[in-house]
Amino acid sequence: MKILSCPLNGPRNIAEFIYGGQVKEMPDPAQATDKQWAHYVFYEDSHIGIVREWWMHAPSSYWFIAERHNQSDEVVRTYDPSELFGLRESPASASDLKQDSAEVS
Amino acid sequence: MPFSLLKFGLNKDYPFEQSPDLPQPSALKPAYDVVIIGGGGHGVATAYYLAKYHGITNVAVLEKAYLGGGNTARNTAVIRSNYLTPQGVRFYSESVKLFERLSNEFDFNIMYSQRGQLTLAHTDATVRAFRQRAEVNKHFGGRTELIDPVDIGELVPTLNLSPAGLPVLAGLWHQDGATARHDAVAWGYAKGATQRGVELHQLTEVTGIEVEAGRVTGVQTNRGRVSAGCVVQAVAGHSAELAQLAGFQIPIVAYPLQAMVTQPVKPFLNPLVSSSALHCYVQQTSRGEIVFGGGSDPYPLYGTRSTLELKESLMASAVEMFPFMSEMRLMRQWAGITDMTSDYSPIMGLSPVENYYLDAGWGTWGFKATPISGVTMAQLIASGGKVPELIAPFSLDRFDAFRQVNEMGATAASH
Repeated sequence: MKILSCPLNGPRNIAEFIYGGQVKEMPDPAQATDKQWAHYVFYEDSHIGIVREWWMHAPSSYWFIAERHNQSDEVVRTYDPSELFGLRESPASASDLKQDSAEVS
Repeated sequence: MPFSLLKFGLNKDYPFEQSPDLPQPSALKPAYDVVIIGGGGHGVATAYYLAKYHGITNVAVLEKAYLGGGNTARNTAVIRSNYLTPQGVRFYSESVKLFERLSNEFDFNIMYSQRGQLTLAHTDATVRAFRQRAEVNKHFGGRTELIDPVDIGELVPTLNLSPAGLPVLAGLWHQDGATARHDAVAWGYAKGATQRGVELHQLTEVTGIEVEAGRVTGVQTNRGRVSAGCVVQAVAGHSAELAQLAGFQIPIVAYPLQAMVTQPVKPFLNPLVSSSALHCYVQQTSRGEIVFGGGSDPYPLYGTRSTLELKESLMASAVEMFPFMSEMRLMRQWAGITDMTSDYSPIMGLSPVENYYLDAGWGTWGFKATPISGVTMAQLIASGGKVPELIAPFSLDRFDAFRQVNEMGATAASH
């Protein structure tokens, strides 16, 4: 049985969690072209390595972010989304995690 | 004992070594007209039809492991065309017709066996969807009809008509449904292609793709570099990753799909049976084993490990459908990496790189399309990039134009 460590509920059986897709930066719906929007909706980072994903602990409806290796299935880190999305006005881009954490703190 | 047999018994050489089905491995040539990446069913079928119909034989099929060892060997070998969209039905119907005559064409038995495929509906909504699928299928020449539980009981007497407390309301009975030995399909195509001069290079992994001014010029492999007039990628689960080597992205997410097979028993199950609510498909192979598969894993992974959760749910569903299966022993269990698109249709045809062609996004529906993919990809290559009408709806740019071909409801795995 695989265990996923939930930032809120601690280590739990992975069957209790629902995968919610990769963390992606949403383009401004009012400004984005069809192509940009299609890219946001349909395309995911497909390289083999560590990817940043949304997960939900179903019994508590708690959404969080996990960094997971998509070939070894090893979960490197899980954390509360506030670490990335501290400021509601400017969602963090997937590439500048450090910069954003600095802004939050 | 016949004397000829005794002669072989005493001979040191294995009799077939004098005329092997596949030629011995050779060195890579410095250049090929066509390089096909991926030696699965789709790759070798493309090579076969290029040589057979278009006289293009300066072709190399590069396979990183061995012939037909990826998803060609991991699918549950279902052949059917009862899809939902006109584009899909037209395409898969052609494939079903090609499968019917493959054994004769190869002079090699692919154990093709047309027994019909039955999908069970457990809700009114599914019955409505089945009615639509039956009509679309009939319109394009397929043999599909809606049947009631009495007919289902007669067709499959061993089936539980109320699995998991979900009464069977109707069935989509697809007479064209069939199965075949999937390895033999790859072997037959490889044999036919190499006899016509195509080179199959196993244990040859592509490590880089050279693109200059929007055109592909060659590929780097673990055995050296080769120049290519054009390149085709047919690598199933690793499609998105390979496309990135060529410098572009495709909208594919890789999910593992797990399946299992029991020890062989006497024939009891003729049609291929699947349940739309339990996401479980069960069939008995010509060798007597029961092959069954279910939905994809719940999250993406480039791996073929097995999980206890999937084993449990898959076996539970199979036992609900055929209760006596609880007495049977499992022989093997495995997974394949499926390249899923968001609309459950493939991505075929042109790519952002001019002479680099795509045969990807085959998710959980690739085996049944092997012959027609080979035919249409060969047409595409031979014409220098003129997309055949049959595969035009499956182009990569359909995603940018929001012109998807939705086959989600007609796919047995993962809804």
